[in-house]
Amino acid sequence: MTEVAYIDRPSRALYFYAILYLGFLYIPVLFLPMFSFNDNIYIAFPLKGFTTKWYMEMFNNQPMWAALNNSFNVACVSAAIATLLGLFGAKAVTRYRIPGEKPIIFVIMLPMVVPYIIMGVALLILITQLGFDLSLYTVTMAHVLISVPFAMATLISRFEGFDQALEEASTDLGASPLSTFWRVTLPLVFPGVLASFLLCFTISFDEFIMAYFLAGTDPTLPIFIWSQLRFPLRLPGVLALGSLILVVSFVVVFFSQWLRSYRVEKTQPGI
Amino acid sequence: MTSNNDFVSLTDVSKHFGSVVAVDHLSFTISRGEFFSLLGPSGCGKTTLLRMLAGFESPTTGEIYIDGAPMSEVPPHHRPTNMVFQNYAIFPHLNVRANLAYGLRYDKIEKAEVGRRVEEALEMVKLPGFGNRRSNELSGGERQRVALARALIKRPKVLLLDEPLGALDKKLREEMQLELRALQESVGITFIFVTHDQEEALTLSTRIAVMTRGKALQVASPKDLYNHPVSVEVADFIGQMNFVEAQVMDVRNGEAVLDATGLGKITAPASSDFVQKGANIIVAIRPEKLILSAERRSDGLGAVQCTIKTSAYLGDRDHFYVSVDGCEKPFAVAIAETGANSDQSLDRQSIVWLSWADESLILLPRD
Repeated sequence: MTEVAYIDRPSRALYFYAILYLGFLYIPVLFLPMFSFNDNIYIAFPLKGFTTKWYMEMFNNQPMWAALNNSFNVACVSAAIATLLGLFGAKAVTRYRIPGEKPIIFVIMLPMVVPYIIMGVALLILITQLGFDLSLYTVTMAHVLISVPFAMATLISRFEGFDQALEEASTDLGASPLSTFWRVTLPLVFPGVLASFLLCFTISFDEFIMAYFLAGTDPTLPIFIWSQLRFPLRLPGVLALGSLILVVSFVVVFFSQWLRSYRVEKTQPGI
Repeated sequence: MTSNNDFVSLTDVSKHFGSVVAVDHLSFTISRGEFFSLLGPSGCGKTTLLRMLAGFESPTTGEIYIDGAPMSEVPPHHRPTNMVFQNYAIFPHLNVRANLAYGLRYDKIEKAEVGRRVEEALEMVKLPGFGNRRSNELSGGERQRVALARALIKRPKVLLLDEPLGALDKKLREEMQLELRALQESVGITFIFVTHDQEEALTLSTRIAVMTRGKALQVASPKDLYNHPVSVEVADFIGQMNFVEAQVMDVRNGEAVLDATGLGKITAPASSDFVQKGANIIVAIRPEKLILSAERRSDGLGAVQCTIKTSAYLGDRDHFYVSVDGCEKPFAVAIAETGANSDQSLDRQSIVWLSWADESLILLPRD
């Protein structure tokens, strides 16, 4: 008899499947860093030799840095706004009895499934009809719209993760609802707030379609990269940048997932 | 102004959740300094009532007065009440000291005084030196004390306790019961205590409201509840009770002559209006008031022959279940292990006598 419970017994077939699956997911992505170190301006096999010159080139590319800066600003602002809205929304749906709560949540979550190209076109029409100029502000607005559902989803699970009696205890001890929010609710949902911010940041940072429709003369980074594809000479530099972004994104996503799973200590008594 | 007798007063208080009536037209008063328990099975409305006292729910009808002031317009954070929550609700992001000091900020108390009161409160609940711990570093009993200290440090007019001992194991619970009672006597604050454990309510309370389906069946001291229940429901809920159906044959001089199923013609003290000639009523008697003997006793007690069906040894006492001809359910008889009223030679097979004193019979109306 083995000591492993039947249900926990390892399966060779599933193990193999998992490796295949991970390979399918990540091997294509690994081509990016691989070619970014390849000493050849053509993106093709065989690999010629190791170089870091594309990275040096990238660092001297001023328009690229401008685009990166634009993307960073748009991502920061839209993530901050989306997280703030998500925070209020999540508190509302988890803490109050709202008539029509289900339909409201459905409407808020809808942008998650509406194709971005449809929304991009719709927003483009709306914004031009209202007479606004296309700019990074319009991109930021669009990114808030698509980020809010993710912020809500992240924060709702966080709000549901702690005992509501804690908030009641706070008001019972004399704290007003606002004071309770600052002293109890916010500290307890803070890991969720941070996770939401990071998630929304990455959503905005690599969003292309809506930014392409709604950006004016200032490109965001994805738009800039796309524009560079027309110039084969610049492609290796783009690969270098792409590799760096890949590394940063992985770190950010792992960090936000870690925060999400970092749970509030249960207030259950005893061991 | 209020007298001490109606320090907390409920007038016609109801709470509806949609079509569900959680609390149904309750009216009673609680005196200053009482240890008052709301006792009932889960879903009887006791927790809803407590939450209305705290201000987390507002009554659908009626009004709650605390120290003479109507409470319906007063939000929880302005009420003179504090609560010990069922799962204690210790703030997990704060240490014990910060938990205790949490509410003092709103009482405009100087920093030095806050520190002094926190230490004093920790002393009071026997947790000195626990100030820097967090809730996950505390045992169940310790959390319970922290929750108690955090509420009492506010010096409320009324302390509300929502089954605070429910999560503790039996031994710790009994220990905490005694401490809680002693603490209440020393601070003199009015306690309103919610529990479903009748033993706990009897141990702790000065008075108990027995609740079912949102109604208070009886509000009385533990002794009165035990010895003079007003209904079969209360009698059944508080302790163990034997019930027999009976018809009143005659009433005179405060004594009723009854024809009881299985027991035959018996007499019992009659003090209530419903005991009228010809009425069908219920006779109740506590297991420990019944006496088993091998021979018919010669001291004039009511008696009937019976057979022992089963027995259970409970350490401090024996429980016998005896059947009497004509009675559907066996009678429970409790005999203290070293009791003077037990005949040592009782054994299962021997036909024995079941006796009782007339005064120990309780007459109850049929529901």
